[in-house]
Amino acid sequence: MEQRENIIELKHITKTFEDGFHAVEDFNLEVKRGEFVTFLGPSGCGKTTTLRMIAGFDIPSEGEILLNGKPITDLPPHKRPINTVFQRYALFPHMNIYENIAFGLKQKKTPKDVIDKKVKKALELVDLEGFERRKVSTLSGGQQQRVAIARAVVNEPEILLLDEPLGALDLKMRKEMQLELKAMHKELGITFIYVTHDQEEALTMSDKIVVMSEGKTQQIGTPEDIYNEPKNAFVADFIGDSNIFNGIMTGHLKARFCGGEFDCVDDVEEGTHITAVVRPEDVILTTPQEGTIKGVVTSVIFKGMHYEIAVASGKNEMVIQSVRSAKPGDPVGMRVDPDNIHIMIAEDHTNIFAVEINRNHRLEYNETVLDTSLTKIIKGSRRSENGTLIDAAGEAIDPAKIRIIAAIGPNDIKLTDHQDEGLVQGYISNLIYKGDHYSYVIHTDMGQDFVVNDEYLWNMEDQVGLIMPVDKMTFSVKR
Amino acid sequence: MGKLSFSRKSLGIPYALFLLLFVAAPLLVLIYYAFTNGQGQFTLANLTGFFTNPNTLGTLCYSFAIAVTTTAVCLLLAYPTAYILAKSKLKAKSVIVMIFIMPMWINFSLRITALKEILTLIEGNLAYYPFANAVIGMTYDFLPFMILPIYNTIVKLDESLLEAARDLGANETEAFLKVTLPLSVPGIVSGIAMVFLPAMTNYVVLDMLYNSTYIMGSLIGSYFAAYNWNGGSMIALILLAIICLFTLLTRGAEEEENPRGGALL
Repeated sequence: MEQRENIIELKHITKTFEDGFHAVEDFNLEVKRGEFVTFLGPSGCGKTTTLRMIAGFDIPSEGEILLNGKPITDLPPHKRPINTVFQRYALFPHMNIYENIAFGLKQKKTPKDVIDKKVKKALELVDLEGFERRKVSTLSGGQQQRVAIARAVVNEPEILLLDEPLGALDLKMRKEMQLELKAMHKELGITFIYVTHDQEEALTMSDKIVVMSEGKTQQIGTPEDIYNEPKNAFVADFIGDSNIFNGIMTGHLKARFCGGEFDCVDDVEEGTHITAVVRPEDVILTTPQEGTIKGVVTSVIFKGMHYEIAVASGKNEMVIQSVRSAKPGDPVGMRVDPDNIHIMIAEDHTNIFAVEINRNHRLEYNETVLDTSLTKIIKGSRRSENGTLIDAAGEAIDPAKIRIIAAIGPNDIKLTDHQDEGLVQGYISNLIYKGDHYSYVIHTDMGQDFVVNDEYLWNMEDQVGLIMPVDKMTFSVKR
Repeated sequence: MGKLSFSRKSLGIPYALFLLLFVAAPLLVLIYYAFTNGQGQFTLANLTGFFTNPNTLGTLCYSFAIAVTTTAVCLLLAYPTAYILAKSKLKAKSVIVMIFIMPMWINFSLRITALKEILTLIEGNLAYYPFANAVIGMTYDFLPFMILPIYNTIVKLDESLLEAARDLGANETEAFLKVTLPLSVPGIVSGIAMVFLPAMTNYVVLDMLYNSTYIMGSLIGSYFAAYNWNGGSMIALILLAIICLFTLLTRGAEEEENPRGGALL
């Protein structure tokens, strides 16, 4: 058979569940033979659903999955040369370790002596020699994990899928297993597709990382690419620690954010709204005079290899990793090398902000109750007799466990002189004329920057109130 | 009985008294009667009499046959029902389970009387099919006791185990045979225990369907009715021994299947 370079290809995969939830939207991916690919993203981003579609447990609503160039989209799981290591191991409790590992081989009607040999080899691979006759319940979590891996790799699959396999292990064990899995990948030469929400795990192990959020691919690249050149604010925020600022291009290779004007290397047209990302380790502490921006140290935490220093610069906060310590209250300057500033064009200026659920189970922002129905925002929820929220099953919903994110477009916010009328107050930190309107960046007292389009001219530093009609907001739930 | 901790000892007294009066004492009386003759002298005649009398032996076999058939029919009806119920994605699942249990809320004699009318309508004379009627009556009465434990084990089954089986090359049928079925054995065993034991002795169902002395329970009743306390006691004792034996057997099977609590961790 012709050896193709791509072992598996996912083309325009979309998965919509019966309740209308879009788990995955237009997902495209090519995986090379022998690659270690990681799907990385917060819970609910669609990474497990994508893995389940590759395994065959879920069928895509749209799109195609090709294995070695042949469509397998509708093939049932038992006919795919793909095996899975399940999140909670899913070992068969009524079988001993040998029977568990031999299950797949017996299905293929492998002769007994071959099974014996392969099981022995698989147990050697995972360092559990002599465990054949043990019962599943007598093993520790880490050992069960190893059996689950042995049970999958013994079938010599073309692709091994791993669904957060280390999630249930403690930190030390997890670190060990990360290295062992990486070594195993090298030894076996099988393609690994790995799902995790742990960015460090992804960076440590993968050849290629697929960063996902809300069912969509955010970025595909090597760990270095993803870390050094995040494509958007989400990736920057999710991978590693980042300082992320809204800003604007003020000239050729000049960007204004965090209250200062920085030189940068990204050629973006003047006047463009941007998102600037600066890694904490790339900020250089200087004397107040030498810095591009000034600030005051607000906190210092010793982290072993470095100090984590938070500096307040005006209303902005910059987190810095430095080998030098500082004292809270110290005035400092900050400088960033031009090639350490990552400029991303803010594709859309929708303002996104977190709102709270207050004690009366109502939505609240800036101590103002938003007049909207929370039960419509949280799917399947309703109010109990005493006004608290309960889910479809009648269980109480813990407001602390869910985050509600509100979004409002720049055209839907009105500026007013009467600050009390606004939902939130702030000062104008940036303005550009856009032909028929002005685009403002308002730095609010809540610490959040809002982009507002308004046809009237306001001045820089003007104190304004932002009128944000609730019916223009859209809400989404993060758990 | 007996090893109650000191501080709680007094709380156990009422139950201990109950146990003495209504369990231990009757048992002793039973044993006394079983091994004595009408004059109060020790004898093994009752025991040998039971095993040499073709009538009593026949009844034992007959009630055994009824119990086995009833259990088998219950199992065949209950397993698919429980399986479909447990696997259905219906939100009203618990309501449907309730419907299966609901007959138990209706007065027992009312149910059997109704069944009798229906069977008479179909068969004409109930006496023509005593065996079938006994099985139908008991199945009707005991079915929920078989459905519930099986339903409970299947509904608690970790879905990912089935996915693992399918992932490893088993189709849906094989996954059922190799994973679901063996893992639902504890439910089957407790279902059998809950149906088989009463089916051996519950002669009220048969008595209400038609007057008969065909099974063990009714046999004991007939001995007592004829004032043969000694013979009746011996049969009761033998039945007790059989039930003890059966309970031990099923418990052994359950323990074999059950030490899997830590597996999900």
